[in-house]
Parts: sequence; structure tokens; C-alpha cells
Amino acid sequence: MKTSIFTVAAFVAFNLVSAQTAKEKGLEIAKAAEQADLGFGSSTVELKMILKNKNGQKSERTMTTKTLELIEDGDKSLIAFNSPKDVKGTSTLTYTHKVGSDDQWLYLPSIKRVKRISSNNKSGPFVGSEFAYEDLSSQEVEKYTYTFLEEKNGLLIVEQDPVDPKSGYTRRIVSYNKDKGYRLEKIEFYDRKNALLKTLTYSDYKLYKNKFWRAGTLKMVNHQSNKETLLQFAGYDFGVTYSEDDFSQVALQRAGK
Amino acid sequence: MKTSMVWGVLILLATTYVRSQEGEPQRKVTHEVELEIAGEYRYFVDAARFEGQENHYPSIAFKPSYEASWNKGYESINFQGFLRLDRDDERTHWDIRELYYQKAKGNWEVSAGFKKVYWGVAESNHLVDVINQTDAVETFDGEEKLGQPMVQFSWITNKIGTFDLFYLPYHRKRTFAGEAGRLRFGTVLNQDDLLYESGAEEWRQDVAVRWKHYVGIVDVAVSHFYGNGREPLFAFDALGNINAFYPVINQTGLELQLTHSAFLWKLESIYRQSKIQDFFALAAGLEYTFSNIDGNGLDIGILGEYSYDERDELALNALQNDLFFGSRIALNDTADTSFLIGGLSDLDSSSKIFSLEASRRFGSTWTVEVEARVFQSIDANELILSNFQDDSFLRIAISKFF
Repeated sequence: MKTSIFTVAAFVAFNLVSAQTAKEKGLEIAKAAEQADLGFGSSTVELKMILKNKNGQKSERTMTTKTLELIEDGDKSLIAFNSPKDVKGTSTLTYTHKVGSDDQWLYLPSIKRVKRISSNNKSGPFVGSEFAYEDLSSQEVEKYTYTFLEEKNGLLIVEQDPVDPKSGYTRRIVSYNKDKGYRLEKIEFYDRKNALLKTLTYSDYKLYKNKFWRAGTLKMVNHQSNKETLLQFAGYDFGVTYSEDDFSQVALQRAGK
Repeated sequence: MKTSMVWGVLILLATTYVRSQEGEPQRKVTHEVELEIAGEYRYFVDAARFEGQENHYPSIAFKPSYEASWNKGYESINFQGFLRLDRDDERTHWDIRELYYQKAKGNWEVSAGFKKVYWGVAESNHLVDVINQTDAVETFDGEEKLGQPMVQFSWITNKIGTFDLFYLPYHRKRTFAGEAGRLRFGTVLNQDDLLYESGAEEWRQDVAVRWKHYVGIVDVAVSHFYGNGREPLFAFDALGNINAFYPVINQTGLELQLTHSAFLWKLESIYRQSKIQDFFALAAGLEYTFSNIDGNGLDIGILGEYSYDERDELALNALQNDLFFGSRIALNDTADTSFLIGGLSDLDSSSKIFSLEASRRFGSTWTVEVEARVFQSIDANELILSNFQDDSFLRIAISKFF
């Protein structure tokens, strides 16, 4: 009897320890991934987005994205649309924060208006695509809690639970490639009902500055609507040296004209 | 538009362009040429109130644009032209919306030439926005503007905000509908009949400053303008004749927005002084957006705004004590389908204006816009609005982008 109680107690204790370890290990991996990408400074890239509906009909949009890495707070980014032509010049400026809501401004070129907008809409689609706003915002470690699940074929599989209750997901299952600078290979998104909603796969990776892995293609497939969106990145430029002056509201207007 | 003025700016731009080219021939210049052609049909439902007016207005507009940028985009020349052909001779007009040289370096930016600048936070009323003249024949909401000759200098700081200085050497007169046009007064106002208080007339050298800053959820701006007013001052004599002119004004403006969760709280306000008239006006309200309602991207925003104007019935925009309610609906689909519906109600009278604006894209180079304005129970005593009481209209515009 005594032995069995001891056994049960030991079993429970072991489980607690391993559960904690899984959480710790998950966080450790997320931090290692962040660390591996630290110091990119600033970058600019031309982006083509191909939206495909369930009948296979395609529509395209192109944009230029500039990013400025900040260490103490989240990154700053500026996205300017180049096509379709009727929205050319429409631009957004985002100041990501590690904790709390992001600050965001929208520039409407037809009337030259800069408008502060709410960053409350996390789960909504970005310009009709299968990417939600939260999928495209700067991925700060503080925005999720982590649980390490398993290691499979050199990939570290980690469950990420969003901290923000406004997120459209209950969890994301993320595959990190440990040997390639903890780059992301795949993310599975589970909706608020915990059903598989989307799968994002990263491909055509290239190594920049001998340190930073950037995928050339991101493919997001929505399993519930059978729609998909392809993101193609052409020519990452890490040679640019942007400063905060390139991410002001004046710079936002200049980017959109 | 004075042709000499245009040529002056053109030569100035050409010289700057050539100079900066000579400096570093290896610099890469990016050119972009675009053209929008917009076919439009406006149908006025009611019989004309004034002689000469029509019911059907087919129209076409051409909007070419050109941009040359170099020095990694920190220097550029920008052009945007405008030409409309319409049944109303006054709505048939052309303009240089933009033609300016811009250079940015570090924490400052300078622009010189014809340019458009927007100030303000409210949706139903644009009080603070004083830099550009309104192209009033173009749209009823007053959001279309004429190009304004200027030199603009911006100084950007992280700690104490952005400072803008404007030198405005030339005044543009507001456009008004001609005899054949709708949305006009009984007496046809000719642009050229409007005179100036200032002896320098349109060549009065005007100035403006604006400070804009943001801290956390607060966006704030304070501006001051000193010069020829953009809004003409109307005086009516005993016979009902209109005497209108552009006064010299001092206008101080305040813009304030709080962005908290899905709420936008907005306030814009002006105090305008001139020899003849001093007044205060404000617009305040909120916008709240229910986002991704159906899990498919449907956003429904609700808007409520109150406008007050001390000028009372002489307020040109007729927003002296009015309440606006509206809803902005965006499908966030691949065609960018969106709707804005609204109603403006005068709290002192029965007058109401309802509006609908909808737009979407077809293919990748076509867009369709539908607009409706309904004037209802307009009080006969309304000095300005009563002229438009039979001008409810439906407008459809199809644009092709090249």
C-alpha cells in the first residue's frame, strides 16, 4: 500500500516536472529563435501576394515592406501598396509593442489623409487574403505562451498559445528548424473552436549576411474555405540602414505620395 | 489657374531636376506613369429648381500622374493632373493637383510646388483642413481639393512631435457650379466675381504652421493659418443679392483623437478671426468598429458626430448644429468592397441629408463607385441648403486604371 502511494506520488511529481520542462523548453526555443534573428537592423523587400479562391481564380497585389528592428520594444514597419492601381500608395505604419496594443496609422493617398487606426482587429483578413493581421505582425516572444511538444526529423514542434484574447486562434503548432538558425518551417493554426483552420508553409529559404534566414515563399492554405494565399518575397535588402526617421508619419506620406 | 504661375513652377522644377541629375550621374531614377479615366453619370431625381439646370449629367475625367524618384526615394518630382468634361461649363475644368519637388534627409523634409495637404480627424465635417481650396464642383462632401502652390518644411522629432511650416504664395479661388449645373444658388456665382479683402488679392503671401504629436493613445495637432480665407464670406443684401469675397483670416485649429481598443474618439475645432466675422466651430464624435464579425472579414463600423458652428445659418457647410450618424461596412474581400451610409440631421430644423457611398474593384484595373445623396424636408428658411432641396442625386462612376 505504502509503495503504491509512493509510486502515484512519484508519478504525479514526475508529470509536474516534465510539464514545467515542456513549457520552459518551449519558451527557450522561442527565445533561441529570436536570438538567432537578432541584429538584422533594417530591411526592405518587394512582396507579391497571390490570392486564390476555391475555384482557383487568382488576384494579385504587390507591396513594399520596410522593417526597422528595435531591441527594447517591438519592431517598426511600413507597408506601401503598389498594386492593384486603385489602391496604389495606400500605406500603413505600425509600431509593434511587446506588451499592449500596437500603434498603427493608415495613409489614404487620394485625399492625402493620415489616420490613426485601431489595432484591435487581430483576426480579420489582411486585404482579403488568408493572412490575418496577427499573422503578419512582428512576432515578439511576449505575445505567446509556449509548450514544447516533440522533436521530429530535426524539427522542434512547439505549441504557442496567444496571450491576447482578441486573437483568432486557440493555439498554433509551430515547427522550428534547429540546425538552420531556428527558422520556421510550418505553422498550423487552430481556430477558436480548436479546429484546424490554416496551414502556413515556408519555402525557398535563403541565408542573408551569413546569419538571417528568410523564406522566399509563404503559402497559407485555409482548410475550412479551401482558399489559399501565396506570398512571394523578391530581393531582401539588408544593406539599407534605416533609422527611426524612416518610420515617421511624414515618411508614411512620402512612401504613399 | 494663371498660366504664368504654372510655367514658373515648371521651370523651377526642371532646374532642380537637372541639377540633382548632374551631381551624381550614377544615381538610379525610377519613373512611374499612370492614368485613370473615370466615366461618370449623375442623375438628379427631381425637376430643376433653377432655370438652365439639367437632370442628366454624363461626364468623363482624366487623371494622369507621373513620379520620378531618385536618391533611394528621398528625392522626387511628383505630378498629378486633372481634367473633367461635363454638361456644366464650370464643372468642365482642369487643374494641376500636384507638381512638386520633394527632398527628405534625416529628420526633415521639404516640398516645393503644387501640393495637397490634409488636416483633420472628423468624418462628416472638415473644419481644420485649410491649406487647399475645395474643388466644390467635383464632390458634395468637399474632399476634392485644388492644387496649392507652397513651400512646405517639416521637422520631425521623436520627443516633441512634428512641426510643419507652410509658405503659401498664391490663393486659389473656389470652384462653383455654372448656370447648367446643379447644387448651386439661385444666382449663379462666377469664380471671378468673388473679390478679396486684401489689396494683394490672390498674390497675398500667406503662412501656416502645424504641430502634431502622438503619445500612447493620444494623437494631437495644433495649427494656425494667416492669410486669404479658403471659404468665401457671403453677405446678402435686402434684395437677396449675394455679395461674396475672400476675407483675410487668422484661424487656429485643434485636432485630437484618442484610439482605445476599437474606439476612436475625435474632436476637431477652429477659431477663425477676420475684420467682419469672428467665430468658433467644432466637430466631435466617435467611431467604433466591430471587426471580423463573421470570421470572414466583415467589418461594421458605427460613426456618430456632432457639429457646431457659431456662424449659424451663414455656415457655408450648413453644419451649424447638426448630428451625423453613419456606418462604414467593409467586406475585406479580394474586390475591396465597401459601403458608407449616413444621415445628417439638423437639430434646429427638419432638414436632413442621407448619403450612400459604395465601391468595389472588378478585375485588377477597374473600379465602380456608387453614390447617392438625398435632401429631405429641407427647411425653406435655410439660407444655403434650401437652394439644394431639389438636388437629390444618384451618381455612378466607373474607372479604368492604366
